Amino acid sequence: MRSHRFYTPWLLMLPALVWLALFSVWPAINTVTLSFTNVHQLTGGHFIGLKNYWLLWNDPHIRDAMINTVVFMVVCVPLLTLLPLLLALLVQRQIPGIAFFRTAFYFPVIASAVTVALIWKWLLDDRGLINNLAQSMGFIHKTIPFLTDRWLLLLSAVALTVWKGLGYYMLLYMSALGSVRRDLHEAAAVDGAGTVRRFWSVTVPGVRGTMLLVSVLIAVNAMRVFSELYILGGRTGGVGGQDVSIVMLVQQAASGSDGRLGYASAISVFLFFLTAVPLLFLTRLNKNAQEES
Amino acid sequence: MSATTAEEPRELQDPRLGTKSAKSTKRQNALRHPDRRGRSPIFDAPTRTGLALRYLTLVAVLLISIGPMLWELSTSLKSKAEDVFTQNIELLPQHPTLGNYGEVQRTIPVWHFAVNSLTVAAINVTGNIIGATLAGYVLARLKFKGRKLLLGVFVSTLILPAEVTIISKFQMITSMGLGDTILGVCLPDMIAMTNVLLMRNAFLALPREVEEAAVIDGATTLQRLRFVGLPAVKGTLSVISIFAFIGAWDDFLWPLLVLQTPDKLTLTVGLSYLDGQWSHDPRTIAAGTMIALVPILLLFMVLQRFFFRGVSEGAIKG
Repeated sequence: MRSHRFYTPWLLMLPALVWLALFSVWPAINTVTLSFTNVHQLTGGHFIGLKNYWLLWNDPHIRDAMINTVVFMVVCVPLLTLLPLLLALLVQRQIPGIAFFRTAFYFPVIASAVTVALIWKWLLDDRGLINNLAQSMGFIHKTIPFLTDRWLLLLSAVALTVWKGLGYYMLLYMSALGSVRRDLHEAAAVDGAGTVRRFWSVTVPGVRGTMLLVSVLIAVNAMRVFSELYILGGRTGGVGGQDVSIVMLVQQAASGSDGRLGYASAISVFLFFLTAVPLLFLTRLNKNAQEES
Repeated sequence: MSATTAEEPRELQDPRLGTKSAKSTKRQNALRHPDRRGRSPIFDAPTRTGLALRYLTLVAVLLISIGPMLWELSTSLKSKAEDVFTQNIELLPQHPTLGNYGEVQRTIPVWHFAVNSLTVAAINVTGNIIGATLAGYVLARLKFKGRKLLLGVFVSTLILPAEVTIISKFQMITSMGLGDTILGVCLPDMIAMTNVLLMRNAFLALPREVEEAAVIDGATTLQRLRFVGLPAVKGTLSVISIFAFIGAWDDFLWPLLVLQTPDKLTLTVGLSYLDGQWSHDPRTIAAGTMIALVPILLLFMVLQRFFFRGVSEGAIKG
């Protein structure tokens, strides 16, 4: 007995298929094609071979963006892998009022990157709360140039990213913690393992899979950063324009009265290959884990 | 809540297993740790100091996570007469005023921006609910030639970050004549592939027998989707709706590329211009920020029950 006519699936899927073709598959192909041309927003263009990639290789801004991306990853991956796990442990137990705390911890995730970046910009301002507080308490005598120094601005953006990401990864860990085995915890406790010891040898191995996924997500997201640096750096990537991200270079190349779409696409292709690295790493590790078991 | 649902069955099971096991573990516990050492912070009932410490930590984290937002709120309510730059920090405004919100309104067409953002969000929510439900149902429940291949294509789009294809989408939208329009902002995200796959996962959980019974009763595909499928996936549906709304309301890079005319901007883009370009007063910028922040937080608070419940049913975006 057939449950449906042969065309029913295709009919029901039509909207999704159109969107799949138009806004996922075609743009992916077209980005690669565009990257071999010098197409401009208004004037068009033609095939120029690998010239965009040669330009990219020699672009000093790309070097800055790569350095910034590495800094983002090096700080974000360990912090955002570990802190949200601790946070998840903290909010896991049903105690009175816990729903309020969970919701509030998720607030920075809900808020747009633009609003939280504006909030932090005011906190970190030369005459903002943090500088004033530190000065009135006598910790410092000169203002700390959070928003004008190349490295301080970068680290501020990293701190903002960590702060905004905590709740999101906390949620991912919370579902994983449900599968940590209680008997192992008890057995370890009997053997005299303290809280810290049990955290490292029972809880962490129990959520290992999620941890791996989370750290890959963090690495990929670190490569995609845009709004935080854009707002904190005053739209130009800081005073010297060195606090740029890869996505910001894409945006800079494409905007303006006659955007260089070809060059922007070449940067996009480069970005794709970067983000593919952690994902490949994850599939490889998953495959190994499957073979072991 | 995801974690609790995972734990609750365990707690519920204990009485069902009989008092014997509960009693014996209790006795064993007492035998094992007379000095109450080795208590598990996850599983054991908390001691009084443990509980107090827990709340203390919770409050500390709370201050970190919403403290900056509260400071921005306080700044937005401070009057022009109040010095916001001073080292004599006043946490609360001395003479609370809504004047800065009026100032925002005079500087930028902020309500216009809000309506634009709301329009984009509403269109995206509707599009995703319809498109992802239909496609997710088909991919999960109907058999047809090429289903596996198609599913593979849907999954493979997940490795493509949105930023990678943004230039090509931008070129497409402008060549369609939709550059600098709200419709142009909405169009690409109206059906997100992630949501299709999330809905598919949700429909997969439905037992096959229920549906077969409906087929025998002569229900059409659409009737089965409406009366058998949909009631079972409400949780996931609410999560993708909430995510679609928040995603559209918060999106920045895409509308920044597409929109140029000042009165067509969405809130996030408008705010990015307000800061430093149209205003230098931190009170005004703070007020503008609050106009974008407060509605989305309120909406989330109202819907958080559905959100966390849906997440615990397995609807998590990776």
